[in-house]
Amino acid sequence: MPASWTLLIVLALAGAGYFVTRARVIAQAGGDVRRLHSRPSYHGWNAALLTALPALFLIAIWRFVQPAANVTPVAILALVLAAAGMGLALMRSAPGFRARNAVEATVKGLLILCSSIAILTTAGIVFSMLFETGQFFRQYPWHDFFFGTTWSPRFGGGSQLGILPLLWGTLYISLIALAVSVPIGLFAAIYMSEYATPRLRGVAKPMIEVLAGIPTIVYGLFALITVGPMLRDYFAQPLGLGSSGSSVMTAGLVMGIMLIPFVSSLSDDIINAVPQSLRDGALGLGSTQSETVRKVVLPAALPGIVGAVLLAASRAIGETMIVVLGAGAAARMDLNPFEAMTTITVKIVSQLTGDNDFAAPETLVAFALGLTLFVITLGLNIVALYVVRKYREQYE
Amino acid sequence: MSDASLDGAKPRNSLLVADPHTRKRNAAEARFRAYGLGAIVISMIMLVILLSTILGGGVSAFRQTYLEIPVALDAAQLDKNGNRDPQDIRKILTLTYGKILQQALEQTIADKGIAIAGLSDKDVTGMISKEASAQLRNRVLADPELIGQTVTARVLVNGRVDGYYKGRVSMESAARDANTSPAQLQLADALKAQGMLATQWNWSFLTRPDASDQRPEAAGVGIAILGSLYMMLVVLVLAVPIGVAASIYLEEFAPQNRWTDIIEVNISNLAAVPSIVFGILGLAAFINFAGLPQSAPIVGGLVLTLMTLPTIIIATRAALKAVPPSIRDAALGVGASKMQSVFHHVLPLAMPGILTGTIIGLAQALGETAPLLLIGMVAFVRNVPSAPPDGLFEPASALPVQVYNWTQRADPAFIERASGAIIVLLVFLLCMNLLAILLRRKFERRW
Repeated sequence: MPASWTLLIVLALAGAGYFVTRARVIAQAGGDVRRLHSRPSYHGWNAALLTALPALFLIAIWRFVQPAANVTPVAILALVLAAAGMGLALMRSAPGFRARNAVEATVKGLLILCSSIAILTTAGIVFSMLFETGQFFRQYPWHDFFFGTTWSPRFGGGSQLGILPLLWGTLYISLIALAVSVPIGLFAAIYMSEYATPRLRGVAKPMIEVLAGIPTIVYGLFALITVGPMLRDYFAQPLGLGSSGSSVMTAGLVMGIMLIPFVSSLSDDIINAVPQSLRDGALGLGSTQSETVRKVVLPAALPGIVGAVLLAASRAIGETMIVVLGAGAAARMDLNPFEAMTTITVKIVSQLTGDNDFAAPETLVAFALGLTLFVITLGLNIVALYVVRKYREQYE
Repeated sequence: MSDASLDGAKPRNSLLVADPHTRKRNAAEARFRAYGLGAIVISMIMLVILLSTILGGGVSAFRQTYLEIPVALDAAQLDKNGNRDPQDIRKILTLTYGKILQQALEQTIADKGIAIAGLSDKDVTGMISKEASAQLRNRVLADPELIGQTVTARVLVNGRVDGYYKGRVSMESAARDANTSPAQLQLADALKAQGMLATQWNWSFLTRPDASDQRPEAAGVGIAILGSLYMMLVVLVLAVPIGVAASIYLEEFAPQNRWTDIIEVNISNLAAVPSIVFGILGLAAFINFAGLPQSAPIVGGLVLTLMTLPTIIIATRAALKAVPPSIRDAALGVGASKMQSVFHHVLPLAMPGILTGTIIGLAQALGETAPLLLIGMVAFVRNVPSAPPDGLFEPASALPVQVYNWTQRADPAFIERASGAIIVLLVFLLCMNLLAILLRRKFERRW
């Protein structure tokens, strides 16, 4: 593989540059390193960076932009660049050369570059989805997408791709998940921060955090093989509400369990941030502990808790594996929670797995769905972070 | 001085007897406490149920039923020219080996005098897994001298017979099943009584590749483990240096300006973007635009890198923030440059925190499924990828995706395999988290 060979040669050149330049400046200083502006290793590093960086960037950019093209000319160009960089560094090396400043400026540039990758990622997400969504709307009218109530993709033309049934399923499942996780998570957080002995806290907190560390595919399998059949056999069928193992209830319950640690750890932080003086004041006036919590601590923590719930909601809306395995694939707008429904994420997965034809609206719709999902969760996150931040400023 | 005592009226309240209002308040207090305790108990019970069902269903994947029978490797069928030429032996396909195994089993049944009412030829043939003939062929190809001898072969049995010994299949369900029959299970019982059939520890579950729909007994997580490992390698090589560099800049060098603000808001938002959106990005940017191969660990690794970067950056920044400013001041005071103070003093002191955050980020990446589905990691992969760096560009699977894959198969035996794969995944996660906790315990420093 010529690319990896080029890489190795460039790195070897950089290493050689380091030692040669270092030896050269020491020789120029007559062995007395005090006569140098920078310590010898900085001269070496300067040479190594000058040798390696331009060549490495060239290889990386080339690999990303044109991976299939012939690599030999690029490899030669990279080697020439490396040799030129090394030559330049050797030429400039002199006892008075400010090698440390040069190295530090380069390193700082690299640090800035690395921190910009977050921006690049966001830009990549937005542009890749905008581009494909634009293609989709050129083939499919936008009002039918946003206001259509039927979802029936047909790979042959004549598909109806209305987002409303998917949105309904997503919101319904998220609502059930929040109805499970918010009370449980909030009460657990209150108990742990206000009542629990250190010993109970030491056991309960890690155990709840274990729930947070379990991958979502495990929850999905749990929904598929345990919760779904159980709900079907003991609730849905006796009540005559349906006979499907995958249902809104299954996915909602399991997602609720997944969100418990999320809600509880966020609320825990927020409740602990309420100043002790408020509690002391309420207790000193004769209120019981629960009255203190309900009438003083919770109102003071309310904005933060609202923020936590919004973050949990955004998690629920974007969750994929639990709904893929637990909620079913039928796009339906129904109130019966024991009926199988589907979500935006499920449809993204089903439209984009397998062999895709990236010119057909049935495939491109996944990007429009993804963009919708991204906008919804981003909006929720921004509101939540704004609420949480505003609240924190009050006490700190 | 109280007016009440002056006019001699009895006080309405006694300190010793609670009045109704107080009782109500105390009851409300007790209820409130009970709700809180109940919430904690419910979440613990959920954890226990979740883990016990998965573990209970998956442990049996680590045991497998094998049949040990003497097999006569007939030279007339396997090596017609009689010269033991590997080229010629290679021409004999698994079909022939399947027939040889079938003859061997029939011979064994006759030798042992096992007679079962209603035992059809199909039952006898179906007893042996379709994978067994391929395994026997590989064994012969590895050692052509075996031809002509009678060897003891340890062959996989059909998934239904295997399920019978794991409690998944019963005589009643077998009667309704097209893939097995009560007579076949009776034959298995008879062979077991002869000591030829046994359910043993199943190493091959951890090493074998995935198998097709009809052969759940041969499916394993070998390639999935390898694929996950490759992806973690990519994440480690890319996410850690980039994440640490970004945090150093933001925490130590960045001026308070709009650009820095934008980056910070961006990172906190990226941390909350649904993982599937990263999958869409990977599909659009790495596969469609950059033309990297589908199902390759390098693409999965890149997507997971972008996903874990915010986690690593947030953890690293917290670790850097925890190093007291006096360290920086002391370094600057003795003449170090800003860069030297950071790289020579602050970074080494923050290393334990960074390591812990990195491991937790990696654990998160290891369990992530949704983005990998979109970049084609669901493909059926039978060939073991080669060593990195070339192997990074070859198709592979990943542990969580393998679980998803198996849940989509019709045969219920695959559910057992999926649970088994989850156990493997959870063991990896447990090890990583334990390592993080140990590192934190060992190196944690209070200033």
